[in-house]
Amino acid sequence: MSWSREEQARRAGAELKDGDIVNLGIGLPTEVANYVPRGIQVMFHSENGLLGMGPFPYEDELDPQIINAGKQTVTLAPGASLFDSALSFAMIRGGHVDVAILGGLEVAQNGDLANWMIPGKMVTGMGGAMDLAGGAKKTLVMQTHTSKTGESKLMDRLSLPPTALGCVNRVITELGVFDCCGDHFLCLELAPGVSREEAVARTKGELRFAG
Amino acid sequence: MKVVKDAREALQGLESGMSVMSGGFGLCGNPEQCIKTLAESGIKDLTIISNNCGNQGRGLAALLQNRQVSKVICSFIGGNPDLATQYLAGEVQVELNPQGTLAERIRAGGAGLGGFFTPTGVGTAVADGKELREIDGRLYLFEKLLKADFALVRAAVGDKLGNLRFYRTSRNFNPLMAMAARVTVAEVDTLVEVGELDPDDIHLPGLFVDRIFEASHENPIEHRTVRTREAR
Repeated sequence: MSWSREEQARRAGAELKDGDIVNLGIGLPTEVANYVPRGIQVMFHSENGLLGMGPFPYEDELDPQIINAGKQTVTLAPGASLFDSALSFAMIRGGHVDVAILGGLEVAQNGDLANWMIPGKMVTGMGGAMDLAGGAKKTLVMQTHTSKTGESKLMDRLSLPPTALGCVNRVITELGVFDCCGDHFLCLELAPGVSREEAVARTKGELRFAG
Repeated sequence: MKVVKDAREALQGLESGMSVMSGGFGLCGNPEQCIKTLAESGIKDLTIISNNCGNQGRGLAALLQNRQVSKVICSFIGGNPDLATQYLAGEVQVELNPQGTLAERIRAGGAGLGGFFTPTGVGTAVADGKELREIDGRLYLFEKLLKADFALVRAAVGDKLGNLRFYRTSRNFNPLMAMAARVTVAEVDTLVEVGELDPDDIHLPGLFVDRIFEASHENPIEHRTVRTREAR
């Protein structure tokens, strides 16, 4: 047993605090918008120039000129503001965004993140990932714990080119929640049915357990 | 007079070998008419500065398909098969920048700055060959200004002095690029008389704009995501 993608997104949503300014990366992190805990108000920042991103539009309110960073059509939430790309990244680099939730290819126990290229295989460019990972007050990564071939993606040190160094605070995988503590990962929570032995076996870095 | 008839007139003086900034994030807020005219022009060996340089075969991707581009300065090439293919085949040179760095380099170019120190990219491939400096205990790297021969931008409303007002997330890189080129061309959905725009509503003052014309825009959608109303 492990968490489904939805359960991972719900668990990431539980990390959000009332009043947070939150930037969600492309892919699974985008889903977290659907799992903001009840009673909590956050504002979503989209780096293409929107603070106060609302949900996907109803068919009759679809506007091609309101998109998120994943180029999906979205809406404006009450209190939204719009701005150019330089101001948007001033918000990010300047430490005015509370939480960035990003996808990952690898995370190292010292908080290094790789998510923008695999030499010889995949080049998408970094987009806003380097600014976001290093600039947000808190960086959460959502990714699978191991690759399709079973290789761990929670590493003692990165094997892929880094996006930013020492930036990741917490990783949420299908197996659980893990903090980057420098010389080890600290497991805060395991998904139901996941044993400590399994988590250790699937983690290349050193894994310790809280409590 | 800044007002010109159409994109063809607006692009006079744009020649092979020049550098061209093009506003837009993906296909949102693109100077569609200028791109179309450029694609029909036969001008080649262009350096394109743009966040994506087209997407899904559309927008600036038309210039790639026509082999008019020799270099692209951008931040993201995912979802752009034309660029990825030509890059991997060594046919087009690609300089990838972190998105915030790209935006700020363009802003610096327009603001008369030589560049700036940023923490973004320290310890990564982006830092290769760049000056590092420790400031107040944190490492920063130097990024240089970016300028271009032409900037092609798109706005919702413009007046005959070139004052521009943008709409929603179509703003993105447009106002920054308008500041950073030798010749700035603005295509607007609606061209109005001077005085019709409230001075407080002007996002970009007209002194940055050299040529302006009215044009219709397709506003293509890349990912159409909607939700359904629950039955009452």
